[in-house]
Amino acid sequence: MNAVAFVHEQLTPKKEFPKFKAGDNVTVNYKIIEGNKERIQSFKGDVIKRQGTGFTASFTVRKISDGVGVERLFPVYSPNIESILVHKVGKVRRAKLFYQRERSGKSARIKEKRF
Amino acid sequence: MFTTGTSPSCLRVRKTKEKVGSKQGLKPILSKPAVLYTLQGTNCRRMKGIIGKKIGMTSIFDPSGKQIACTIIEAGPNVVTQVKTSDSDGYKAIQLAFGEKKEKNTTKAEINHFAKASTSPKHFVKEFRDYSIDKQLGETITVDIFAEGEKVDVVGTTKGKGFQGVVKRHGFSGVGEATHGQHDRQRAPGSVGGSSYPSRVFKGMRMAGRMGGDRVKLKGLKVVKVFADKNYILIGGAVPGHNGSIVLIQK
Repeated sequence: MNAVAFVHEQLTPKKEFPKFKAGDNVTVNYKIIEGNKERIQSFKGDVIKRQGTGFTASFTVRKISDGVGVERLFPVYSPNIESILVHKVGKVRRAKLFYQRERSGKSARIKEKRF
Repeated sequence: MFTTGTSPSCLRVRKTKEKVGSKQGLKPILSKPAVLYTLQGTNCRRMKGIIGKKIGMTSIFDPSGKQIACTIIEAGPNVVTQVKTSDSDGYKAIQLAFGEKKEKNTTKAEINHFAKASTSPKHFVKEFRDYSIDKQLGETITVDIFAEGEKVDVVGTTKGKGFQGVVKRHGFSGVGEATHGQHDRQRAPGSVGGSSYPSRVFKGMRMAGRMGGDRVKLKGLKVVKVFADKNYILIGGAVPGHNGSIVLIQK
């Protein structure tokens, strides 16, 4: 086993999440620690990118909050992510949806993939 | 951080530091100033160190969930191949060896040198002066000389960048503007020596040239984790050199 895999086997707990990719609409339930209080904050939006491999992978979720675009980057293996819920699977032709940043309103909608 | 120096200047640094320390209610660094004179001409403190190989970088999460970038170094086991003492060599040091080497690629002199420590030929040999741990010839030093949370210095050779211009090598910003009829000046070094005065180029003028491949010491890096059975040590942040290069971890 190589060194990087060994280190993560020792230090990073394995996590099970539903599969999701760019274009999907998800909710990330994220633990926030304030002093000694802990609460869960949920962030709902579209995944605009999945980045990196292995234990250092991350993804970015974009949402429009009060008319302002907000993006938040989550490391996939962060111990503070409590759960990830996938609401919609998007029909997109790109792996990185940075074009969403220039769009708003109707044109920023992502079509849902129906099975 | 105290570096090498002659004893009087060294003493001065210590004294001022002690004063500051006592004001803040800290412990003085050295309780016996007389020790300084016995260490004159060498490092003011005894150090410990280990030779390792840079494996690569990754990131782990600390208990609060913060992501920490860290470098994995395969450090040791190092074999003590020579012990130098004040009587035999005029100074105290130990020589450590790391990494296997084929016997056919080793000279007879080297083979015998390693045989004295009853070990196989080693790839890399380095001397550490005033080693703080007492070790005998042939004994091994492993990564567990370092503890988690300790601050260490890491020495390595930076990646070679080849012949580079002044913008990359020295951080110059080029000359002039991009437009208004200018061309070929965006990465230029500018004037290097005036025409009437000084009418020459000063020594040490920063110009284009070979970049990288330098010995660099990074001070005060934190030991994030030690895996003693695998000889791995995780150091917070980046470390000079490419993956697989030799690095020294010392304190």
